[in-house]
Amino acid sequence: MAQDMAVNEGVTTDTPTGEMPGAADAAHEHVTTETGVPQEAHSGGFPPFNAQTFSSQVIWLVLVFGVLYLLMSRLALPRIARVIEERRKRISSDLEQAGSAKAQTDAAIAAYEKAFAEARAKAHAIAQETRDRLTAETDKQRHESEASLAGKIAAAEASIAATKTAALANVRLVAVDVAGAIVTRLLGEDADKAATENAVDAALKRS
Amino acid sequence: MAAEAEHAGSFPVDPLHQFMIHKIVPLQIGGYDASFTNSSLWMVVTACVVTAFTVLAMGRKAMVPGRFQAAAEMFYEFIYNMVRDNAGHEAIRFFPFVFTLFMFIFCTNVIGLFPYAFTATSHIIVTFALAITVFLGVTLTGIYLHGFKFFRLFVPSGVPVVLLPLVVAIEVISYISRPISHSVRLFANMLAGHITLEVFAGFVLTFGAMGTVGYVGAVLPMAMIVALTGLELLVAALQAYVFAILTCMYLHDAMHPGH
Repeated sequence: MAQDMAVNEGVTTDTPTGEMPGAADAAHEHVTTETGVPQEAHSGGFPPFNAQTFSSQVIWLVLVFGVLYLLMSRLALPRIARVIEERRKRISSDLEQAGSAKAQTDAAIAAYEKAFAEARAKAHAIAQETRDRLTAETDKQRHESEASLAGKIAAAEASIAATKTAALANVRLVAVDVAGAIVTRLLGEDADKAATENAVDAALKRS
Repeated sequence: MAAEAEHAGSFPVDPLHQFMIHKIVPLQIGGYDASFTNSSLWMVVTACVVTAFTVLAMGRKAMVPGRFQAAAEMFYEFIYNMVRDNAGHEAIRFFPFVFTLFMFIFCTNVIGLFPYAFTATSHIIVTFALAITVFLGVTLTGIYLHGFKFFRLFVPSGVPVVLLPLVVAIEVISYISRPISHSVRLFANMLAGHITLEVFAGFVLTFGAMGTVGYVGAVLPMAMIVALTGLELLVAALQAYVFAILTCMYLHDAMHPGH
């Protein structure tokens, strides 16, 4: 602000950028204050208290501030408000969408888990049923084969017993014949058949 | 200059010269001086900067804001929240006014920090005009909204009857002195800051005139200017904030006088 300083005689006049015309017409007097900082008494005194400038300042302030107020309230602020409001709406709708997507996901997960549990239970039931059926069949087959085996054993035992009885009966007849023949050879006469049989029976009983 | 600056009592810079108002286009309206001055010029510059900032920054109206748009929205929401929190929801219709007030003072203060610029808010008449507008606006709003009940503002509840005349007198005086404190605070801050800067700049010139030793000595006031410029930037923003928030508090009184 030093370029257009207006000073009276005895004070520096060769300022760095020279003087501005018009500023120099004010009469200045040097006044040194108690703080040692010199001040100049301008024509209107302390510039902010120069009442001559008040009317133009107030008129231009009212004009500029009024226009600025109109520009702000009619043009600038509604635009900013709209953008902020749109963004807020967008964010809340996005959040809403995200929320509903999450709910959908949760529902899908729940449905999947339910289906999974159902399938598991079903598989379990099928496995159990199959196992039961197979066990029953095996048991039945075992019983059947056991029964047929028992029948066969009984038949075999019966035939063994019959064979044994027959064999034992043959032994007696052979013994009687052999004994008769031996007696005939030794005595030269026919042996008493009945006595031979008795003897053989007695011998058989002893053995 | 070098020789003259060393004369006792002379100072290379006039700290008050920056507050001088000179006419650019002389005008007279109805007998009043309405000249377009340097003060008017810088007020117009301020208005243009504010308008450009708030309108052009929102030009693209992007969903994801760029730097300027984010800054404009930041100012918007800052003032919006200030009005809502300090003056209440009902006062939100005054938001455009408070926003204009804040932006005007803030930009005038900050632009005034640039060399060769003029600080319109360093003149008491400007700050007083703004403060008296707020004062009258708040008072009329209060009377319009609450009628005679608005004057309960001056009668605090729970005060003994004996003390009541005294308290009411104090309340009335403090209410009437509001525009004075409101305007002087801003004016004095801007004035003092600019004078301080100018005085230190003067020291730099004084030292500089002393030759080599002076150049070394001039470093100190120069560093002070740098530091003070930062401080003045803070003061410029802070005083605009203080002016706006006091306006909000006065509005709150007009909205809710019977507290």
